[in-house]
This record gives sequence, C-alpha cells and structure tokens, in this order.
Amino acid sequence: MTEPAIELKGISKAFGPVQANKDINIRVMPGTIHGIIGENGAGKSTLMSILYGFYKADKGEIFVGGKKTVIPDSQAAIAAGIGMVFQHFKLVENFTVLENVVLGAEDSAMLKPSLARARRELKALAEEYELNVDPDSMIQDIGVGMQQRVEILKALYRGADILILDEPTGVLTPAEADHLFRILEGLKLEGKTIILITHKLREIMDITDTVSVMRRGEMTATVKTSETSPAELAELMVGRKVLLRIEKSAPTLGEVILDVKDLNVTDSKGVHRLKNINLQIRAGEILGIAGVAGNGQSELLEVLGGYQEATGTITLRERKIDLTGAGSDGQSRRRRGIAHVPEDRQREGLIMDYHAWENVAFGYHHDDRYRKGLLMDNAAIKADTADKMKRFDVRPPDPELTARNFSGGNQQKIVLAREIERNPDLLLVGQPTRGVDIGAIEFIHEQIVALRDQGKAILLVSVELEEILALSDRVAVMFDGQIMGERLPAETDEKELGLLMAGMTDLPEDKPVHQAVEEKLAHAGTGDGRGV
Amino acid sequence: MDVMPKWAEVTLVPLISLVLAAALSAIVILAIGENPWAALKLMVSGALGSTYGWGYTIYYATNFIFTGLAVSIAFQARMFNIGGEGQALVGGLGVALVLLYLPFPHWSIALIASAAGAALFGAAWAFVPAILQAKRGSHIVITTIMFNFIAASLLNYMLVGPIKAPGQEPATSKFPETTRLPSFQDMFSTADTVLFRGTPANITFFVGILACFVLWLLIWRTRLGYELRAFGHSESAAKYAGISPTKIIVVSMLISGGLAGMMAINNVQGEAERLVLNAVEGAGFIGIAVALMGRSHPVGVFLAALLFGFLYQGGAELALWTGIPRELIVVIQALVILFTGALDNMVRMPLEKVFLSMRRPPKPDRKSTTARTAE
Repeated sequence: MTEPAIELKGISKAFGPVQANKDINIRVMPGTIHGIIGENGAGKSTLMSILYGFYKADKGEIFVGGKKTVIPDSQAAIAAGIGMVFQHFKLVENFTVLENVVLGAEDSAMLKPSLARARRELKALAEEYELNVDPDSMIQDIGVGMQQRVEILKALYRGADILILDEPTGVLTPAEADHLFRILEGLKLEGKTIILITHKLREIMDITDTVSVMRRGEMTATVKTSETSPAELAELMVGRKVLLRIEKSAPTLGEVILDVKDLNVTDSKGVHRLKNINLQIRAGEILGIAGVAGNGQSELLEVLGGYQEATGTITLRERKIDLTGAGSDGQSRRRRGIAHVPEDRQREGLIMDYHAWENVAFGYHHDDRYRKGLLMDNAAIKADTADKMKRFDVRPPDPELTARNFSGGNQQKIVLAREIERNPDLLLVGQPTRGVDIGAIEFIHEQIVALRDQGKAILLVSVELEEILALSDRVAVMFDGQIMGERLPAETDEKELGLLMAGMTDLPEDKPVHQAVEEKLAHAGTGDGRGV
Repeated sequence: MDVMPKWAEVTLVPLISLVLAAALSAIVILAIGENPWAALKLMVSGALGSTYGWGYTIYYATNFIFTGLAVSIAFQARMFNIGGEGQALVGGLGVALVLLYLPFPHWSIALIASAAGAALFGAAWAFVPAILQAKRGSHIVITTIMFNFIAASLLNYMLVGPIKAPGQEPATSKFPETTRLPSFQDMFSTADTVLFRGTPANITFFVGILACFVLWLLIWRTRLGYELRAFGHSESAAKYAGISPTKIIVVSMLISGGLAGMMAINNVQGEAERLVLNAVEGAGFIGIAVALMGRSHPVGVFLAALLFGFLYQGGAELALWTGIPRELIVVIQALVILFTGALDNMVRMPLEKVFLSMRRPPKPDRKSTTARTAE
C-alpha cells in the first residue's frame, strides 16, 4: 500500500478564543486531486497555512510521504516539496515572468546563469503541462489566468510534488477555469498531488477524486467524489439541508427607474474603464451584471454610488443625476433614493472599528431622525439598530459590538439592513454573498428578491455566475468596460455567458455554443490583453 | 479587536508603560551616581509639593493641553500634524497683534479677542499644508514640519523688525495692563495667605479644560466628529458614504491649527505678557507625545498633559537642586514618550494575552451566522 503524500494527524489551532482548526485528520494520496470544501471561516485556509508553514499548529503532526515533518516556515514547506498558489497572487508586477519564477530561488549571486536555467526549465514545463507563458512578458501586461499559471510554474520550478491551490477560480472566466483544470489533470497524470481549496461545489464535482468537508474548524467528512452529490456536500458543509435554488415568482415590471446612456469613465491613468454603457432597469426588476472581476463592474457601481466621476447621462425616475461636481457625491445619491451595498463591505460598506450602531447610520448620518439639535441622536440610532438587527437576524444582536467582531455574513446583513430599510428606488448590490456562509446567503438572496417584489429596481453585480443566473430577471455581461450583451436567464446558460465574459461578441448562430467555447479554449493560452 | 475591556485599555496600558519608563529612568540615574528614589521625591515635592510647584506644573500642562488636543483632533482624521510648534508660534503673533493694536477695556474681552486671534492665525498656518495634502497629496508630515521652520523665521523677522519694541531685545513691548489675565495667585489667594506666588499658571487653564470638553463633544457627539473619525478609520469607506476627503482634511487641520495657536493665550498673554523669540519652547512637539499617551482622547490628553507638566516642572527642580543635568530630564521625557507611544504594543500584547486567558471559557459562538441551525 502506498504512503499518503500528505497526512495530517490531530492538527489543532486556536486564535484567541476562536478554534480555527480542531483535531483535523486528513490523508491525501499521491497522484490524486483532493478537494477541501467548506464555508468561509470553516478553517480551510488556516489548515493550509499550517501545512505551508505560515502558522504553527498548537497540536498535531504532519507527515509528508510517510515521513514526519516539521514545517516551521515556507522554506521548509518548499524543501518538503509543497508548493502553494495563493488566492491573491504574490508576483512582482514590474518583473518579467522569468524574473518572478527565479525570485527567491536564485542559484548564485549572479542572475544570468539562474535566468538561463529557468528559461530552459520553463520551456520544458510549458511543453509538458500545457503551461504556456511568454517568459519575457511583464506580469502587469498579462491576464489573470496567465498570472496564475506563473504562480503554478513558480511552485513547479521549486520542485513541488504537492501543489495547494487556494480558491483558484475566483478570478477566472469559466473558460480559463476549464483550462486550469486541464492543467491540473495533466499534473495529476504526471504523478503530482493536488489539493484544491474551494467553496464551489461544481468545481469539486468536476475535478476532484476525493473531497474533504470542513465545518466550523472540524473535518466533518472525507468521501470519494464519485460517491457523493452536491446536495450531500452542501449539507455536510452547513450541517443542514439547504436550498440551492431561489424560489421567486415572475417579475412584475413597472416604469423605467434607471436609464443609463453612453456612460464613459476614464481613470486618473487615462485608462478607459467604462465604454459607452447603456442600460435600463425597471421597477420590480433585478438586472444582473455578470463578468470577471475588473472589467468595469466596480466602476459602474462607483459612478452610480457617487464616488467616481463620469460622462454621459444617467436618469433616475426621469430626472437626471449629476455625474461630476458637488452634486455627484454619495450624499446626493442617497437623497435621490439610490442605496448601495458595496462590493467590498470591509473596505467601503463598513467602518470596521465602528460599533454596529455607528455603522447603521453610516452614509445616512445627516438624516433628521438621527439628529438632536447640533448633536447626533445616538440613542435613536441605537434603538434603530437594535430594531434592524432583530429583523435581519444579525447575530449577536448587540449594537455596541464593533463591526469587525461580526462574521462576514452578519456584517453583510448589517449593510443590507441599513440600505434596504431606506426604502430606496434603486438598490445597487455588489457581490452580495462574497465571503458569506451558505446559511446567510439564502437569507440575503431572499431579502433582495423581496425588495424586487416591492417594485424596486435592483442592479446586481456578481462574479458568481450561479448567483447571477439564480437572482436576475435579466443579465448583462461586461467585458473590458463594455456591455457585451443582454440575455434572459431562462434563455441562456453558463457556457454562453462565459463566452461573453471572455469578450466574444460574435455569438455563433451557425454552430453550437460548446464548439465556440472549445475554440476559445484553444486561444486561451495567449494573453487576452485584459486589464486587471 | 475588543480583547481588552475599555478601562484596561485606557488606564492599564499607559500606567504600565509609565512604570517601565520610570524604571529605566531610575537605572539611568543610578548609572550617573545619583539616587533615583531621592530624585523622584524631589520631583514630586518640587512639582506637586506646594502651590508654587503646582503653579508651574499647571502652567506647563496648559500649554500641553492645547498642543495635545491639536495633535489629537488631527489624529482622529488620521492626519499627523507635527506642525503644532509653528502653529503655536504664529498663534502667538496673532495674540500679540490683537493685544498691541486693539484697545480693550477689560481682560475678559481681551481674552475672547486674543483667543480668536490665536486660533485664526494658528488655523491659517495649518491651512496651507492641509490644502496641499487634500488637493495635491503633499504629505502633511513633510509640509507641517517645513512650516515650523517658516514660522520660526517669520517670527524672527517680525520680532527684529516690524513689531519690535525699542530696546535691545527681539520682543514686542508689553501688552496693556487691561489685557492682563488673572493668574492663579490673583484668583486663589486669600487676604491672609498668598497661594501660587509668582507662578505663571493663569485662567487659560480653565479655557483648556473647556477646550477638552468642547472637543470631546465635537469628536463623539457631532456629525462632523463622526465623519472625521470615519475618514480616519477608512478613507475608502468615507468616500462610499459621501464624506468629502477634502473637507475632512481641511477642517480637521484648521481645528488642529487653531487649538495649537490657542496655546499662545497661555504663554504669550498669560505668562510673558509680550511676544518674545521662541515663545513655544518645544511645547508643540510635546503635544505629539501627549496625544499619543492620551490615546487622542480629550480626557487622556488632559491627564497626559498634567503628567508632562509634572515632568517639566519636576525636571527643572532636579536640575536646580541636584547634580542631575537638565538633559537627563529630556531623557526621562523621551523614555516616557518611547514607552507610551512607540512601544505601545510591547505592553499591549502581553496584557491582551492576560485578558484573553481570563476570558475563557469562550462566550457563545460569535461566528455563528446560520440563522436557523440544524433542526
């Protein structure tokens, strides 16, 4: 019987009172793709950080290839043949691919021999695993998919036999993700061991051989992928049955609430971020914007939310809104009935060091009901917060707790409660369930649909195609600052949208969609020039 | 993170830092062959043992209250105003111009006018760095420190030229007698006993206390304070909420400069009763330490200002009566600044651990968001 490539025995790790990992046991067999799935905060990343030497486990042992190994730092992990590809790449933007691969693994004080050796090895690796990248491109000039390949090459160059990938598809189009999976399959056939951390059930089902489920710091199950189902995995993750689909009625469309015409944004570096955007949203309608992160969706939200200047015209309920100058700030937008759940709640939507009650007033702190003469009426805000927390089931329902002490899902509920309860005409929602656990996802989706049913217009931006398809009444796809097309969810599928997300406008009518996707995949090796 | 209760955060951390600084100072005093215990006793009796000592301690503390508050309000908006020195110098110019060129029937009116003059001049001096930061991104630390030098030069020029009094000294003439502020001696001495004899402590101390209260209201009870703190915590979130960065940067710096300038009521109008060269004597910089130690909270600033007033006055006594040179006092002050400001985490981290271990067993799981957990 073969020894497992990696075996963890009884790993425990606590951060203060939070038990991030509790007595974790796992065996990863060589030459397999092993998925680790769990909600955000389930402890997946902590476990991998222990394996990679970032954290020291409080208890437990690590065996690599059957040998007990101590991994005090990442150097030791690399020496043990473990490579890691992080969710956020660790590349030097203004270095070439080659320089990035060599960085930290130079053979001598002089660079030349190392670079030459790396160039040879890179070529070999590229041929072996379909990992084609131009070694002389600057990182800043290549697409995200290619950057990820550089990260994989870095690990392989350092002799990794075991490759850990942390949420690798978060930034990829479906086509790029498929390509990545083909690379991983190739690596597996060569005998490499791959650990894939993800919260996407589909990826687990598609590519892994074995899957381990984590929940609240514990390993709840390890099963053969072929012997399980998405529903079972979801239940193991959450600890109860979950609805994977949202039940919603057909929309009752009203008048046009938002009308965007020829919207253009050029940023401070002169990059054209939004190119002639035209869109309309009606009362009682959810318009979903699909697209890979960084293709202009954020800028669109920022313009509508009032913190990015633009040219063009935006009409809200048949009255124009200012796109430049003093009338184009967030305060004016709120007065006009635009509420905004921003994409990044920790950077934008909340002040992490503010109490929950201070956050509930955030952006609306000029409201008359929150003021008492010259001062703020803190008592009124607190009462309002307690009320909102109850209705949105924020846990714990303590207005005095600072925002950072709530979990991702509860932070999002605070933001949602604040924005939805304003009874806005238009609600902007960016990545409503990013970093939110499944239990809260359901609740958040229900709230958005409920607001739609009250006849509000909703602009939903999400990089999760499943979420877009499940919630939207109409879908627009953005690529490189443009809207590539609009579709009705019932009349499209992930493949077609994925094509649009990759910037293919000329939807083939003469041939089936999957064929076009395959053709696209053939080109996926070369940079697509997408700005990141 | 709220790992420590609030009271520990505001009392234990600075107190332990202080004890550490004192211990290290004691070693230094031992090393130069003096007795640290005797030195401490002398400092305490010299600064706090008599109304005379208190009169000086309070006078210095008043200076530090204003400069400390100035740094604090800017800190709240994450602006590092290290130009308090220059703003206080220019504030002094404002005081001098108001008192020399306007007639006042009574000190109370003179106080209001000079306070306005001091605040206005101090704020004006902070305005240029503020607008440069807000509009052009010039770093406030660089510009405010540069403006300290410009202020010093400006005061040099004014005091040897345009507003110089006849005579040898680079100073203005004495302000009119009607503008003299009541000193503690005037206010608290009875017919039989003279208290605070000859000391510079004056009514400005109470203006300082009032300033602490007003600033507390401003920071924690007004919308401006709310916006200011929000901006200080997260600029990106402030933009999302429609809070103008330009407005916050400029307004916080104007208030900051105004407060630094108002220190001049104490030292220029209250003590010197004329404007002399280098009137601020480093109080602007001490304000940074006071704000750090006081955690940018008006109450903390008030207490820290008293402590530094004590160190200042006690240090002067040490230099006078022992072989401990005045420079050593600066060392002690520097140690206090080092421990309370720069080495804050050294004390905080172990203390947090202590509180964490006391808090176990953990409270009901905070991470749980699952609304309706498994039936």
